[in-house]
Amino acid sequence: MFEAIAFYLFAILTISMFSIAVLTSQALYALTALAAGMIFISAFFFILGADFLGAVQIIVYTGAVLALYAFGMMFFDTTRDVVEKRTSPMLVFGMGGMAALLIVLIFAAPIVSDNITALYPVQEGVGNAQAVGMVLFTKYLVPFEVAAVMLLVAMIGGIILAGKKMDTSLTLLDEDKSPLSVETNEKAAS
Amino acid sequence: MDTAYFIETIIKIVVLLLVFSALAGFGTYFERKVLAFMQRRLGPMHVGPYGLLQIAADGIKLFTKEDIVPQNVVGPIFKIAPVITAATAFMAAAAIPFMPSFTIFGYEVHPIISDINVGILYILGVMAIGLYGPLLGGMASANKWSLISAARAASVFISYEVVSGLSLLAPIMMVGSLSLIDFNNYQTGGVGSWMIWSQPVAFILFLIAAFAETGRTPFHLIANDHEIIDGFGTEYSGMRWGLFFIGEYANMFFISFVIALIFLGGFGDGSVGGALALLGKVSFIFFFFLWTRAAWPDVRPDQLMWLCWKVLMPIAVINIVITGIVIMF
Repeated sequence: MFEAIAFYLFAILTISMFSIAVLTSQALYALTALAAGMIFISAFFFILGADFLGAVQIIVYTGAVLALYAFGMMFFDTTRDVVEKRTSPMLVFGMGGMAALLIVLIFAAPIVSDNITALYPVQEGVGNAQAVGMVLFTKYLVPFEVAAVMLLVAMIGGIILAGKKMDTSLTLLDEDKSPLSVETNEKAAS
Repeated sequence: MDTAYFIETIIKIVVLLLVFSALAGFGTYFERKVLAFMQRRLGPMHVGPYGLLQIAADGIKLFTKEDIVPQNVVGPIFKIAPVITAATAFMAAAAIPFMPSFTIFGYEVHPIISDINVGILYILGVMAIGLYGPLLGGMASANKWSLISAARAASVFISYEVVSGLSLLAPIMMVGSLSLIDFNNYQTGGVGSWMIWSQPVAFILFLIAAFAETGRTPFHLIANDHEIIDGFGTEYSGMRWGLFFIGEYANMFFISFVIALIFLGGFGDGSVGGALALLGKVSFIFFFFLWTRAAWPDVRPDQLMWLCWKVLMPIAVINIVITGIVIMF
């Protein structure tokens, strides 16, 4: 009974949070609802007994959505509504509907044809984290390593793109030598 | 799921809430007294003997003060932000074993609300959500100081998470479990078997990360009174401001429990002496938080990021590699 109550409670909460994230025009509401929805999803993992995935869901998405907050802080005044430029609402509606339908079809295809079977049944006496580790480092070793290499590539790319002039500290530069003041000086001269 | 278990859990949750909300109040008193002692002052003295009733006076003030929601703030977010900080601190405590299990009226009580087998991951994850309080409060406040504080909260978050996670990985590899009870049982062989002797580097790294996580003084940059007024708390008044503080002090107590359980032997073999020793360890770590506040200056946000990413993270990774090599051979 408790599981049913918890499931329906968190189902309603998750759906309403993601609805707010999609429907609102306030950047702060959208981000907060997104973070809350992501954290509420972890409840389903806990209900299913997948404690490890639940904790990982919380850890990963608090960090990920926090990065979005940082962008929101930079690009918007988050206390005001964002005025969107809608050129043709019908096109957006149609494209959005098509994309949603396509995603549902992609995910539903293997379920409909019954192609998903549990190849690695749950082992008795093995904890949650250990079970995940066993599958990750036997059957899914190659995808796991490929994903790791991709993350490494992304990290190195990020460092190279953002790392110009990283060896000089902007705080320690003299006032007239800093790149910011050079620009203003040039503007003043021209 | 029988009724006895249900009632027991409810009682445990209520006791935990009451005890640690009260302790958060006492924490402010201890902090003022310890700081006063270290700065050769007297601290609160006027209300009651040695100022002990100061907590009650502060409580009355916080509860009865007018709750002001200023103009131009984003109302719902502004109101929910302090609740996030306080609530997540107590949610994290669900996986902490506060004492060894004991028998009362023939009924065995386990003083842990839920012994999930990924305890440490859960505690770290949920405690991390607590930083959403300062972030949301700062962003919703329509105040430039608060916005700076929110930006600093984001930078603190991306800095310390890596260090706390990586530094705990080496002890987790040695114990082979993520449950805090297993950590405690690993160290039952007296002082010599404490994790701090086999993992001193991880202990220091996790202690530093704990300071950043709770926002205590070397890393108090989110709410630096002398630079950005009170940061995210500038626009808050009354009990909403008080909730931020209950969350902060409860977090300090809970992280002290976690440090004591992981590195300092926890409650040992589960006797009464072990339970008292755990309380002693927790009190010392709490005192250490206050001691550091009296002795150290604050660092800048960029210094914190430099420290976490360029110094502590490589040390943590090297520690993991060495631990792995030692375990393997």
